[in-house]
Amino acid sequence: MAKSKKKTADYVIVGNSVAAIAAVEAIRETDCDGSIIMVTKEGEMIYSRPMISYYLAGKVKLKNMRYREAGFYKQHNIQLLAEKKVVKVEPKKNTVKLGDGSLIGYGRLLITTGGEPVNPPIKGAAVKGVFNFTTLQDAESISRFIKANDVKSAVILGAGLIGLKAAEALLARKIKITIVELADRILATTFDKKASQIIDKALSKQGCRLELSDSIKQVISGKGKVTGVELLSGKKLAAELVVIAIGVRPNIEIVKGSGIKVKRGIVVDNAMQTNISNIYAAGDVAEAAGFFGGRKMVLAIWPDAYRQGRIAGAAMAGVKTRYQGGIVMNSVEIASVPTISVGVTVLDGSEDNVEVLEKSDLKNSIYRKIVLKDDCLEGVILVGKIDRAGIYTGLIKDRVKTTSFKELLLNEDFGIISLPKDYRKHMVSDVPMMM
Amino acid sequence: MKRIYISEEYCIGCRLCEIHCLVAHTKSKKILKAFKDEIPKDATAAVLVEEEGHLSFALQCRHCSDAPCIEACMTGAMYRDKKTGAVLHDEDKCVGCWMCIMVCPFGVTAADPATHKITSKCDLCAGQDSPACVANCPNEALVYEDRENES
Repeated sequence: MAKSKKKTADYVIVGNSVAAIAAVEAIRETDCDGSIIMVTKEGEMIYSRPMISYYLAGKVKLKNMRYREAGFYKQHNIQLLAEKKVVKVEPKKNTVKLGDGSLIGYGRLLITTGGEPVNPPIKGAAVKGVFNFTTLQDAESISRFIKANDVKSAVILGAGLIGLKAAEALLARKIKITIVELADRILATTFDKKASQIIDKALSKQGCRLELSDSIKQVISGKGKVTGVELLSGKKLAAELVVIAIGVRPNIEIVKGSGIKVKRGIVVDNAMQTNISNIYAAGDVAEAAGFFGGRKMVLAIWPDAYRQGRIAGAAMAGVKTRYQGGIVMNSVEIASVPTISVGVTVLDGSEDNVEVLEKSDLKNSIYRKIVLKDDCLEGVILVGKIDRAGIYTGLIKDRVKTTSFKELLLNEDFGIISLPKDYRKHMVSDVPMMM
Repeated sequence: MKRIYISEEYCIGCRLCEIHCLVAHTKSKKILKAFKDEIPKDATAAVLVEEEGHLSFALQCRHCSDAPCIEACMTGAMYRDKKTGAVLHDEDKCVGCWMCIMVCPFGVTAADPATHKITSKCDLCAGQDSPACVANCPNEALVYEDRENES
């Protein structure tokens, strides 16, 4: 058997979504000459994963799903291996092994393999009409299925970010939806019950339903296609389409047994470096520090994937920057109600020195909640009116003491003018400094 | 890079910056024609005057060197102009996910309810010597300077 020639590169990157792209851009800011090989199991198009809901909704065309232009690889002098799957990382040999048996040697390796959908064993789910919703391929398959089968109603399992984005898309296609969620509210990590109730009301106005504290017991089908679901509570719902969106887990298959430290995801430090010095990880596959301390966490959200990718790329090219820790945040508009939720917003009552400010106008679907710890913002929920939400996010990131302007925080016209003079002047008159 | 700096002590809240910002982003760039024919009644300028009592200042995109809106933007609509360093917004690409609203610490990206996209993002009046808000500020409450290269 002829031995194929082993490829090598200074930088090898597994994956071609946002963390990988941000890493490449950061590498090239410092190192224009180092060789880069990118390997992706998907096609060469660099598309934006979160855009799949807008695509399914029919709001954007395929060409507008591009996150970077087609010339990106050439511009950044990258050798791309598309539709190739990395099956194994071998740190001792500094190589990765592809599905076809070929090997690629690396100087430094970045793993951005993202997440894969969690599919619980559900009785009867192996039929046509049951989908996940994380890739362009999923969106295309669902879209084709809707057309071919004239789908009128759907059940979505899971009211996290992906489930709600799927709901948004299906609503735009005039499909009646029921969202089934095991928790007692939607967006359980960042929403409280009141915020959830506002959305519930807005959804029911559109003829849609939310089934909380419940799950799918079995999928009912006829002639190999979905006809409905039965819930744990015994309720039966008719539906021609089921989307399973209970979450994603880090895609860590390729590092198993490699010696790279893994908990839920690939464990990294504040430079996105793993326990092996020339191997880095970023994005939905990485388990990194949280902003508020405590245990490391997998934070599968876009802004952090970008940030982690940049930090990893810079570090691989020899420039050290520091990851400040991830903050959970979501921007979701559902049933025409925009919502933004950031940080720690759900409390169990055992926390010390925590204060909650809130204001609501439920008639107009408006709700604003702020969580303070020792007078510093730790979380915010905005429903209905989300203007200038980032000012709160900035206060969280900058750990600003709000003691002197706390009573203004809930005002509708809360702005930069409401902040203490020193901080305001530092923000608007100095050279802009971001974290 | 050259940036717009704000001196709140000099701002008199006249809002000429808002007017000239709107005019500068019309085709004719002529104030009478612009307000008569081109600018919708409820248009928002890319500069926002915040006011409370005697205190006021005009705030526009700070074109952060490490811009959170660029990293949060999932469409690639928010991008950095490689030549000028300005943070620009491509409205064609924008889908109105409001991620930039969620992360901008200055709260200067705003939603346009009519188009369901981010609207009126400051572009530093690309190509002009001085942005319209700065050029038309009667009291130098806005200045356009490169302070980063100072020692």
